[in-house]
Amino acid sequence: MNVIYIMWLRQLKRYVRSRARVVGSLAQPLLYLLAMGYGLGPIFQRAGMGSYRDFITPGLIAMTLLFTSVFSGIELIMDRQFGFLKETLVAPVPRLWIILGRILGGATIAFIQGLIFLCVCLAAGFRWDSLGALPVAFLFMALIGIVFSALGSAIGSALSDAQGFQFIIGFLIMPLFFLSGAMYPLDNLPKALALFTRLDPLSYGVDGLRYSLNGVVHFGLATDFIVLAAVAALLLALSSYLFSRIQV
Amino acid sequence: MLPNDDGSADNRRMIRARNLTRNFGAVAAVRDISFEIKRGEIVAFLGPNGAGKTTTIKMLTTLLKPTSGQIEVDGLDPASQPNEVRKRFGIVFQDPSLDEELTAQENMEMHGALYQVPRQVRAGRVEKLLRLFELWERRREPVKRFSGGMRRRLEIARSLLHTPPILFLDEPTLGLDPQTRNQLWLQVKKLNEEERVTVFLTTHNMEEAERVAHRVVIIDAGRIIAQGSPRELKAQTGSATLEQAFLALTGTTIREEEASAADQLRRMAKAWRR
Repeated sequence: MNVIYIMWLRQLKRYVRSRARVVGSLAQPLLYLLAMGYGLGPIFQRAGMGSYRDFITPGLIAMTLLFTSVFSGIELIMDRQFGFLKETLVAPVPRLWIILGRILGGATIAFIQGLIFLCVCLAAGFRWDSLGALPVAFLFMALIGIVFSALGSAIGSALSDAQGFQFIIGFLIMPLFFLSGAMYPLDNLPKALALFTRLDPLSYGVDGLRYSLNGVVHFGLATDFIVLAAVAALLLALSSYLFSRIQV
Repeated sequence: MLPNDDGSADNRRMIRARNLTRNFGAVAAVRDISFEIKRGEIVAFLGPNGAGKTTTIKMLTTLLKPTSGQIEVDGLDPASQPNEVRKRFGIVFQDPSLDEELTAQENMEMHGALYQVPRQVRAGRVEKLLRLFELWERRREPVKRFSGGMRRRLEIARSLLHTPPILFLDEPTLGLDPQTRNQLWLQVKKLNEEERVTVFLTTHNMEEAERVAHRVVIIDAGRIIAQGSPRELKAQTGSATLEQAFLALTGTTIREEEASAADQLRRMAKAWRR
């Protein structure tokens, strides 16, 4: 337990000390909120769908969580290259504890970033549907953080250098975001697109957040929760397996 | 009772490698080497670049699985009981292994937690070691502000925190000034004499090897080509110094070594910091 805690604490210390990262990872969702939120707002309104800014707020919170958690997982590659990874690999403790500490640390950081972004949205005029559903939103934020922190750690364990980094952003992270329904409603989509959105775990996270923040839901809250929890369990198992096999 | 009857357990073997081989693709980094190290021995592995020294250390320290052959560390097999083996050694890696964003003290404390050093003794030991390697005054600074020598000293201090019975030192004095080198070897000898810590070291500095090692193993192109005390090796080759003996045994050709992707990135990162 102590080992999980110390690895978790390390992630948090590194996060708190890199202010550039804290601010930097808010820049992209903020740009989406302002440019897209207000740019597409009038059309969305005319279509009788209400405020586009309010509609994309849950999606952009999910985006903040996605980016922050995947990056903190992929930080494993940096640890490998700057050498600290070896220190943890020769430690006489199960590697499962080490990777769990890392994943929980990454999820915690993502959660905090998501919270900060929620406050930014509130400042920009967003209002939630009902205050009572806020704990549900927090639950889904935590789940999204764990799922993608585990995914990032699995990638970080499998890759030995940062060469594939750009590839992962382009072919994994951006598709996960754009296919999640963060920017558009999932109703009446073309069949192919609808299929992809169903395969994207982030869709269920966005849906759960949208339920708790906007009061609308597509898949259903129970489905959202079950799918995310199952994917989290699967990715935790995968990342700890890959991490336990690392040789340097 | 016989005078040297201090028990076979006390003179037991700490490390044994039998027919140890490691291939990377088609390249054999270590080819069928066998050696033994007794408790309380200081053994230096010497060899040109790319001879297989670091690969051997990685296999002994559970970081790399051998392609074939057997290893025993204190009677345990690193492949089947990695955590038991890991409890028994401290290691100073050839390349950096600190968390640069954390302070010196935090790096030490994290090591203490990872090695489950009891909380009651942890703080005291951290202070003692940081003072010993003259880092105590700067314990609250992040490691990224440390010079190369200070980082090295911190890594050495860290490797001693959990009082391991075996110490692996992979070119520990690389980039250190003579004062720090001297301090390091004094400490290593002291630990060896007082607590019978077994030391496995690699170095390119023949004077150092001659000064501290009881026994020298010369390895070249993945094979052990000679071993014995520095005196025996000099006698065997008719050389005046260990350096001459080394050159007589390994030849004078300069070895090429390819940089791994990690080395390249590290170099880039270094360039960025300037």
